[in-house]
Amino acid sequence: MRKVAIIGIGQTPVAEHWEKSLLLLAGEAVFAALSDANTPTVDALYVGNMLSGLLERQEHIGAWIADWVGLRGIEAFKVEAACASGAAAFRMGVMAVASGEINSAVVMGAEKMTDSHPDDTTAALATAADADYEVIHGLSFISLNALIMRRYLHEYGWQHADFAPFSINSHTNALSNPNARLHIPLNKEKYIKAPMVSDPINLMDSSAIGDGAAAVVIVPAEMLRGQQPIISVIGSGAATDTLAVHDRREPLWLSAAEKSAKQAYRQAGVGPKDLDLFELHDAFSIMAALSLEASGFAERGQGPRLGLEGEILIGGRIPITTRGGLKARGHPVGATGMYQIVEVVQQLRGQADGTQVAGAKIGMAQNIGGSGATILTHILESS
Amino acid sequence: MSTEKFSQTAYQQQLGEGKLMASHCPACDASYLPPRPMCPQCFGAQMEWREMPTRGKLAAFTVVHIAPTAMIEAGYGRDNPYCSGIVELKNGLKLSAQITGVDVSQPESIKIGSSVQAEFVSRGENDDMRAFLIFKVIV
Repeated sequence: MRKVAIIGIGQTPVAEHWEKSLLLLAGEAVFAALSDANTPTVDALYVGNMLSGLLERQEHIGAWIADWVGLRGIEAFKVEAACASGAAAFRMGVMAVASGEINSAVVMGAEKMTDSHPDDTTAALATAADADYEVIHGLSFISLNALIMRRYLHEYGWQHADFAPFSINSHTNALSNPNARLHIPLNKEKYIKAPMVSDPINLMDSSAIGDGAAAVVIVPAEMLRGQQPIISVIGSGAATDTLAVHDRREPLWLSAAEKSAKQAYRQAGVGPKDLDLFELHDAFSIMAALSLEASGFAERGQGPRLGLEGEILIGGRIPITTRGGLKARGHPVGATGMYQIVEVVQQLRGQADGTQVAGAKIGMAQNIGGSGATILTHILESS
Repeated sequence: MSTEKFSQTAYQQQLGEGKLMASHCPACDASYLPPRPMCPQCFGAQMEWREMPTRGKLAAFTVVHIAPTAMIEAGYGRDNPYCSGIVELKNGLKLSAQITGVDVSQPESIKIGSSVQAEFVSRGENDDMRAFLIFKVIV
């Protein structure tokens, strides 16, 4: 397999883009990435997206976007794995280029969520869960995370307020990211007093949905001989678990995160201690804790400790959500995984203005689909 | 043995008759909900229906303020929150269900580990009528 390098990145702000269609947003991100890569064309396009069929009544968006951006004729597919669609598309693109079948590709994520009524968006997001055995019993996507968090508090004795540092860190880091959805400072008092969504998850535990698109251009690293630095994909892992939370043997352990992280660590020949930053999937504050635990940064039940002790901050042992994370950069579901990749590249290039991790060489991104049924982990390195 | 009988429709129909039925693999002595026509452990297809206990314990719960569509249609939502949770049946099998018999205005009064009892209800009209399993916290 050939090593794959990222030579261009592009993103739109995550926002309520009422004046822009999914296609316009997708196009902006692709043009930005192609321009950044200084290349006019690629051989393939893979787009991560979850909700275009449900909310936009538009499927077949691979060919649709390829044509729009002037790449009519190339191979182009949509990849869907709920909120992990972005990273799933990335893995598909990386495998295509690594295999030698494809020589260059745009990999992107694009999502449009805010044109729809919030109830419709909630219902559409719930399709990531088991329709017949979870959703009809009143469990939305948020509620499933709430069940996990409730049980976690019960099992390990944490208080809800102990999760505040995760949300506060994301909000703080988003302040200097011009593409972030929320530029609102958060403190512990505001976190505790936020309106309830699905007990114990309140509004300030929850990520902000939004519209947005993010894209990268990938090529075989061998094409870049002599150039420096090269940002390459040194680890890629994917794993699954049951859709239904109640079917999991260990509902408080993200087994797919553990499996995909181990797979990525093994490929990369690195471990948790070698990472300079970790863009994790803080769709809800509980997921930040579980992701840190399953990826080897904390013992079982001890994830919140990393937040309380400041280890997750820029300059801490493992900076997370350095550009605002899902909580504050925003969570345009199927695009989120590609925002994470773009942000890790920004860090490795030294372009993370305001929240740059000094001397960042190795960064990891982890994208979670549903409440943990699909999880992908990618490790990037600058060399 | 025909495998079609372990369907979502058959499961629903039996719920409507007040029975919680799982498919059971005699070789592995394992029960499955949703009922599976094939055992994912031994890949055997000699499955049998087995009635599940209707008592269990509350393993996790949440009081939902922002509801999915089906619950909004049933009259729940921002002004009328409800409780849903995961129940562990007496035989260890777990499933999700709406939880009643709790004070949703005081989530802190709801306790993990509480005993629950299944209640079979139906919602919707005519062709849309559907059987539901609800668990009620019993003292």
